[in-house]
Amino acid sequence: MSMETPLTKNIRSDGEAPDLKAYQAAGGYESAQKALRMAPAEIMEMVKQSNLRGRGGAGFPTSMKWSFVPMGNDAPHPKYLVCNADEMEPGTFKDRLLMEADPHQLIEGMIVAAQAIEADIAYIFLRGEYTLSAQRLEKAVYEAYASHFLGKNIFGSGRNLEMYLHLSAGRYMCGEETGLLNALEGKRANPRTKPPYPQVSGLWGKPTIVQNVETLCNLPHIVANGAEWFKGLSRTKNGGTKLYGASGKVKRPGLWELPMGTTIREILEEHAGGMRDGVKFRGLLPGGASTDFLTEEHLDVRMDFDEVQKVGSRLGTGTMIILDDKTCPVGMCWNLEHFFAQESCGWCTPCWSGLRFAARVLRAMEEGQGQPGDIEQLEFQSWFCAPGNTYCALAPGAVEPLQSAVKLFRADFERHIREKRCPWRS
Amino acid sequence: MAQTTIYIDDKPHDVDAERNLLDVCLSLRLNLPYFCWHPAMGSVGACRQCAVKLLLSDNDTKGRLVMACMTPVVKGMRISVEDPDARKFRAGVIQGLMENHPHDCPVCDEGGECHLQDMTVMTGHDYRAYRFPKRTFRNQYLGPFLNHEMNRCIQCYRCVRFYREYAGGDDFNVFKLRDIAYFGRKEDGVLENEFAGNLVEVCPTGVFTDATLKHHYTRKWDMTMAPSVCVHCGLGCNTTVAERYGTVRRIVNRYNGAVNGYFLCDRGRYGYEFVNSAHRIRTPRVRLNGAVQQPSKAQALQHLGSLLTNGRKVIGIGSPRASLEANFALRTLVGAGNFYAGMSDGESRLVSLMLEILRSSPARTPSMRETESCDAVLILGEEVTDTAPRLALSLRQSARQQPMQDAKKLRIPLWQDHSVRELLQDRHGPFFIASVSATRLDDIATQVYRAAPADIARLGFAIAHEIDPSVRGVDHLSPRLRPLAQEIARALTNAKGPLVVSGAGCASESVIQAAANVACALCHAGKKTGLTFTMPEANSAGLALLGGANLSSAFQAAKTGGVETAIVLENDLFRRAGREDVDIFLKSIAHVVAIDSLENETASRAELVLPAGTFAESCGTLINNEGRAQRFFRNVPPETEILESWEWLAEAMSAKDEKSWRNLDDVILAMTQAIPLLAPVANAAPLSSFRIAGDKVPREPHRYSGRTSILANINVSEPKPPEDPDSPLSFTMEGAPVEPPSALIPFFWTPGWNSIQSVNKFQAEIAGDLVGGNPGVRLIEPASGAAVNYFANIPAGFERRPGEWLLVPLHHIFGSEELSNSAPAVTELAPKPYLALSEADASQIGAGPGDDVEAKLGGSALRLKLRIVPALPSGVAGIPVGLLGQPMLTLPAWAGISKLK
Repeated sequence: MSMETPLTKNIRSDGEAPDLKAYQAAGGYESAQKALRMAPAEIMEMVKQSNLRGRGGAGFPTSMKWSFVPMGNDAPHPKYLVCNADEMEPGTFKDRLLMEADPHQLIEGMIVAAQAIEADIAYIFLRGEYTLSAQRLEKAVYEAYASHFLGKNIFGSGRNLEMYLHLSAGRYMCGEETGLLNALEGKRANPRTKPPYPQVSGLWGKPTIVQNVETLCNLPHIVANGAEWFKGLSRTKNGGTKLYGASGKVKRPGLWELPMGTTIREILEEHAGGMRDGVKFRGLLPGGASTDFLTEEHLDVRMDFDEVQKVGSRLGTGTMIILDDKTCPVGMCWNLEHFFAQESCGWCTPCWSGLRFAARVLRAMEEGQGQPGDIEQLEFQSWFCAPGNTYCALAPGAVEPLQSAVKLFRADFERHIREKRCPWRS
Repeated sequence: MAQTTIYIDDKPHDVDAERNLLDVCLSLRLNLPYFCWHPAMGSVGACRQCAVKLLLSDNDTKGRLVMACMTPVVKGMRISVEDPDARKFRAGVIQGLMENHPHDCPVCDEGGECHLQDMTVMTGHDYRAYRFPKRTFRNQYLGPFLNHEMNRCIQCYRCVRFYREYAGGDDFNVFKLRDIAYFGRKEDGVLENEFAGNLVEVCPTGVFTDATLKHHYTRKWDMTMAPSVCVHCGLGCNTTVAERYGTVRRIVNRYNGAVNGYFLCDRGRYGYEFVNSAHRIRTPRVRLNGAVQQPSKAQALQHLGSLLTNGRKVIGIGSPRASLEANFALRTLVGAGNFYAGMSDGESRLVSLMLEILRSSPARTPSMRETESCDAVLILGEEVTDTAPRLALSLRQSARQQPMQDAKKLRIPLWQDHSVRELLQDRHGPFFIASVSATRLDDIATQVYRAAPADIARLGFAIAHEIDPSVRGVDHLSPRLRPLAQEIARALTNAKGPLVVSGAGCASESVIQAAANVACALCHAGKKTGLTFTMPEANSAGLALLGGANLSSAFQAAKTGGVETAIVLENDLFRRAGREDVDIFLKSIAHVVAIDSLENETASRAELVLPAGTFAESCGTLINNEGRAQRFFRNVPPETEILESWEWLAEAMSAKDEKSWRNLDDVILAMTQAIPLLAPVANAAPLSSFRIAGDKVPREPHRYSGRTSILANINVSEPKPPEDPDSPLSFTMEGAPVEPPSALIPFFWTPGWNSIQSVNKFQAEIAGDLVGGNPGVRLIEPASGAAVNYFANIPAGFERRPGEWLLVPLHHIFGSEELSNSAPAVTELAPKPYLALSEADASQIGAGPGDDVEAKLGGSALRLKLRIVPALPSGVAGIPVGLLGQPMLTLPAWAGISKLK
């Protein structure tokens, strides 16, 4: 079966990124020029027809996100387009590949998005540790400016688009849409209340769209090939391809561009090569660290936004973390909750207190100091951090692996308390 | 106010549709706990303490939790406060907050009036499940006002929101994250913001506590408290003064929806310590032929009586820091013709001018609450933060008015604090400051103009002319100034409610007249215009309304002979006039009687000194800068030797066999009859005969402890509580358990709400008026159809003189006010005397910062340290006023300045 892999087609085997010339030779920047000849509403309609949904984790329809941006002559300016390249979700490394391997694709996607919302200024908010991405993006932005693809009167269209690469000073919280905006403004990366949404009052109080790298990278291909083509790439209703990843004790951990809706089993067995010899599959987090565990019975679930949700988890970033039978689920939860507790911005009580409480309990269990009532405490803290109870999505996401692990692997939690030790530790 | 019906636990309630659910629940007197929300600062949704269940329809039993503070009222909505999930969640929040809390209530200054304690009890959380170590912090030295104990912090973010976002401070922040967020400064040091003391009340627990209270600590329940009015500037902020064992322990804010709202300035909060000062005059004193005697009260009165009945002329010198009643008593005793107001000539002229303007101008002085909604501001010649500090905090909110309209357009509720701030960013509405030197509001100013007083006045006149061309224009206006005047005129004219602020600060009548012209022109243009004048002292306005000639007239009267006795009421003449003049005056009077509370040079020169009660030992009325008469009540039981000023004078009247007064009511009554203009003063607060169910309002809280044992070492019989014939407040804990009229609220405290946050329960609506209306009555309202009268005396532009500088007064929040100069915490922050020049001017005399310089004026020479103040205009030198050890100067004045070798 021949598969189209628009996002990764330019990736070179020598590890270098195509420069502007090479990117253009492969048809690059034609979509940008085409988009600049289109009315914003046309682009929006095309993207709407394509069923493109946000690849940052929440899966929000891209065209709908755009539709809340005030348009027309009365709209406030400058409007901002922000690329969320602060990829910090544990187990997630898909955006990194796109930025390192084909930086111009992202820039072109941003030009298309900027045209769709009539943005004047664009930022790439990049995770600070992604130094290779930073180098390559910086070079690519420079090349694009030099060729007048960015700046004033881009492609002779009369439109202006300034683009800046901003390296994050760190913290997971900066990846949250509104925390990112605060960080970009030079403030603490505390999240903001919604509403008002960034589309109305975002960066510096102006209309702003924040979008994930992978989402933006899809745009040139939709503009080039049309909505129907894009929908056709997918095996389900969500359009396009998806970068799927697998980490854990599989034979070939990695990242693959596959049709949206590829089953977990196919990714796990065909692409990741199945479990390593001597270990057995116990479960997986389908879309990065802040999604609920799925188990054996879910292996034939199609990895798209709707299908994964139906079985009680989320597609998230589409990069799965696999739990095997030689790894302690309590220990895994401790690792994750410790991370999330460390990364809480400290704004709302459930997050800064609840996650820490949960992490401390998990650590106690791992260290043989679990007590009766601890499981109930973990359940309470998971409920305490549920969506709506917290200020942003960090804590609700953070407790997704925990709440599902307590349900699915309850016996293991109980054993920790009963035996006063971690059965996986010798 | 749009009303709508919502259902709370199945009961229908009519509520304000513009508010959030927490606000309406509290307005309905429901007990819904909260931390991060603050009625003056709005909602940010951080603590998650106010969760309620939102039910989506009549049949919905599941619903979902929402944060009441973040949820707007929607017509017909159903919520449940009592829902089990909501209760469980709220208890969970307390569990979370208490994980790190040290549980050190017994040794915490906040204990017994702690919002965290109250909310903990309210949620029912009582069992500690968290068995892991708590985080600990190092505390900081933050200056003489605040104690820092970070381990108690529950991360509600109120402090940093108040300090940075509301009060505009910069040197305080939140550091780190997760459960180790740290609220403090980058390093130890005195907090720079003039409103930092409010953190004591803004902090819901004991992280920030009153450092002065710590020196003489007492629990709230053991304090005797009374409603009072701040005496440290002319704004009349309402305060609650607390006493135990005869000493004043602290001041806290007394909410007045029109005046100070929720906040005080630090001079107002910490100036009180002068009451406990070692420099208090506590006993009568007679100095005869060089020998000092301490007579009894009766002997002192006899002495005074002999001076009054010897048939010789007696004059009285009143005081702008004494109550209306004290001044009126003196005026009555000596006769209106022999009563002098006791303000310096310059000040007297300025205050009379300001009052005259206020009483005739079509512009109205807004209350500080109303000031916050003025949407364009022009400040002419006033360093507001230093002369009328609390007003600066209100003006800071005014600057947000115009940009906030954008939030309304986007339908962001204004209580959604951070959303509004994120939208506004650092945008400010039109806010113009013309001043001699830098001000603490410059950071929000659209434009600042630094100039000598004459040029500030000229700018004002030019603005008035731009608004109303029929006003005389300014000749030879500099080309630089014209566009500025036009810009300001445009901004003020385009505003909905422009405000002009000026005052006695730069000692210029022209500046005041210019401000009046601008306000008048705006009124003429059909604008609802505010005109605020700051007043130099707590009762400057009252004294001016009472009348009385200025000090030089008194000096003149003494010179022309015939005056044998002068009674000086709460006044140190050396702060009012030049040393020589006062010397001559005091020497020319055979008998000087000083009635005062603190030692000062006038008292030290007097033949008879009578110990007067301070605000804490007295009752009376003060009139603030907006013409609001407000009554203050003593909270310290009268000592045998100390009397209120008016009481000394009333006793003296008895000695003269004149009809005297039995209590304060009689004084007020006599005053309102004698001076009809002051008639409303009687209504400033209920008179002493007021009772609730036959009882007075108790000053002691219901939990006052140890009453019967306090003096048991002296006598096991409980003494009779002190009488207070002057007020409807008693020195007991007995009284009807109902809320007293707003002017008599001795403390904010309701069952379950032991902290000052209980003020919610005393308000008609949250952050609105107190039940029954805010205390005080306004005496000055603009006459309807007041004639538009413009001043036309435009001064010539400032011309610098070779070798000479125009000395202008510079004010300091800490240091320029007389009484707070005896409060140790305040004096710690007061500057030492100095002379200020701009860098360029300093280099002209070859001097640098810290050098000794000499200023020669009017035949005398002053030796001072030089301070470089870059904002000062060329040719102008600044000199701080009122500092300890700084001689009184009549300013502005020209002086030669040179560097001393």
